[in-house]
Amino acid sequence: MKIQKLKSIPANLLAILISAAMFVPVYLLFVNSLKSEVESKAMGAELPNQILLENYRTVIEQGKLGIAFANSMLYASGATILVVIFATTAAFALSRNRSPRNRFLYFFITMGIAMPINYVTLTKVMQATHLINTVWGIMILYAATKIPFGVFLIYAFIESIPREIDEAAIIDGCGPLQLFFTIIFPLLTPAWVTTAILSFLDFWSEFVLPLYFLQSSAKWPMTLAVYNFFGMFESKWNLVSADIVLTVLPVVIVYLLGQRYIISGMTTGAVKG
Amino acid sequence: MHRPTTGTRYYIPDDGKLKMKNKIYPFYFSAGAVLLYSLFMVLPGLLGFFLSFTDWNRYSSEINFIGFQNFALIFSKKNYWNSIINTVIFTVVTIGLKTLFALILALLLTKGLKRFFNFHRAIIYLPSIIPMIVVGIVFKSILHPSSGVLNEFLRGMGLDFMAQKWLTNPDLALYSVALVDTWKGVGFIMVILIAGILVIPVEYYEAAQIDGANQWDELWNITLPLLMPTLTVTTVLNLLYGLKVFDVVWVLTNGGPGYATETVYTLVFKEFSKGRYGVSTALSTLLFVIMSICGYWLIKMMHSNELEA
Repeated sequence: MKIQKLKSIPANLLAILISAAMFVPVYLLFVNSLKSEVESKAMGAELPNQILLENYRTVIEQGKLGIAFANSMLYASGATILVVIFATTAAFALSRNRSPRNRFLYFFITMGIAMPINYVTLTKVMQATHLINTVWGIMILYAATKIPFGVFLIYAFIESIPREIDEAAIIDGCGPLQLFFTIIFPLLTPAWVTTAILSFLDFWSEFVLPLYFLQSSAKWPMTLAVYNFFGMFESKWNLVSADIVLTVLPVVIVYLLGQRYIISGMTTGAVKG
Repeated sequence: MHRPTTGTRYYIPDDGKLKMKNKIYPFYFSAGAVLLYSLFMVLPGLLGFFLSFTDWNRYSSEINFIGFQNFALIFSKKNYWNSIINTVIFTVVTIGLKTLFALILALLLTKGLKRFFNFHRAIIYLPSIIPMIVVGIVFKSILHPSSGVLNEFLRGMGLDFMAQKWLTNPDLALYSVALVDTWKGVGFIMVILIAGILVIPVEYYEAAQIDGANQWDELWNITLPLLMPTLTVTTVLNLLYGLKVFDVVWVLTNGGPGYATETVYTLVFKEFSKGRYGVSTALSTLLFVIMSICGYWLIKMMHSNELEA
């Protein structure tokens, strides 16, 4: 036993070293967001001489971050709700009623996990549907990109819920909507929470869709606002860092709370087990 | 999360049963998902096929059929062709780096450590959830040639010759971008590989140990062969990700210096901004075809994993 412990020391040291190296950029951001402009010039690893929390206030006021933060929250939560509703209902019907048509639809939808977006022709669709540069438009687009993954994840989970539950509920006089929302949906909680967390994280990070489809800066989410802010204040690394910390904070919180779900969701289907 | 159970019963439904099924699980349940996905993902892809054979642009309301001219341009003009080559290099390099590092990390965390496994996995996965645009901005500072932390560190270690102009040297920039992308993405691949390693039955290792196998033998004869299906999936995931790379290039180099890091999707956006929609669509369509083929194969594979799970 003792020898085993000794043997694992180099492995532990190596793991600590790697984790530390992976963490350096996050650490740099945090310490520099508290420094003065001069101190943060090189974005160095030294601790600040004096902690300047007012960087955060400056950033929120000058970068108009309040609006961008609210926009990001709205788009990410709105689209997440859409994904959860459409993906759970679709996965449920497709998984339970495996007619040839539904088997095809399931394959057709899950193909979207790998499909790239043609942004150029998508503008035509967005114009035709009058959704370009609108709040609804961006939420619907976000949702459309994640529905395939959501359906895939939830479909796999539905098989673990016995069909007898559906039959019993129908015999007791439930309609399909009542059956789904009062009985099935609560049973699907682990699956849709996983879908919701992964979707939210992705939507919060989304940069390309708003870059193409939201022209007015008042509608920009955090990612675009941060990019723009960086263009304006490139030399003020303390402010850029504070801005970034505010952008990253929500996803880090969601990550810390939902880690278990994230890891189970990411590995579904990828691993034979 | 529970793994789905196997042995789903497949009935051959008679007419009554089918009617019943359509009533309990009505079509409108899947209509929303099918509609949104078809309209905003599939339709643009299909439209792309047709519009890449036209002179569609911002300056004229007419759209004319011009045959293969857009594709001829892509394969003849140097900076278009170059963006395809760069995308391929980026994809190959990131597949190699991510797979190698993720595999080493996964083995280290599952075989080397007795404690703190969750802690290390959480830290190494963390960059995967940070928006790429933010990662890019931070690394722009870290890789700055004169004041960046990386070069300062290298100089401090007396390795001045290794301090490079990471993002402004045309021979190096693409690889620097690939390295940054690896930093962000390696944790995701590692998490999948860890899951793949953990499902290998312990009995194999026990049997091997009885036969006197050392850790090296176990790695080559048990872990790696049984990890192959998982490694195939991660490779395809990395491939699909690499081909559509945009954000990281956009923020770190914007395709420069010159065209040194221009990739397909950054060029699509630039052509789109200039109003040259036809060429832009043709480039997107090329990717669409390649990725749909790879994707078809990936989805088939993921479905079979799921069924055997």
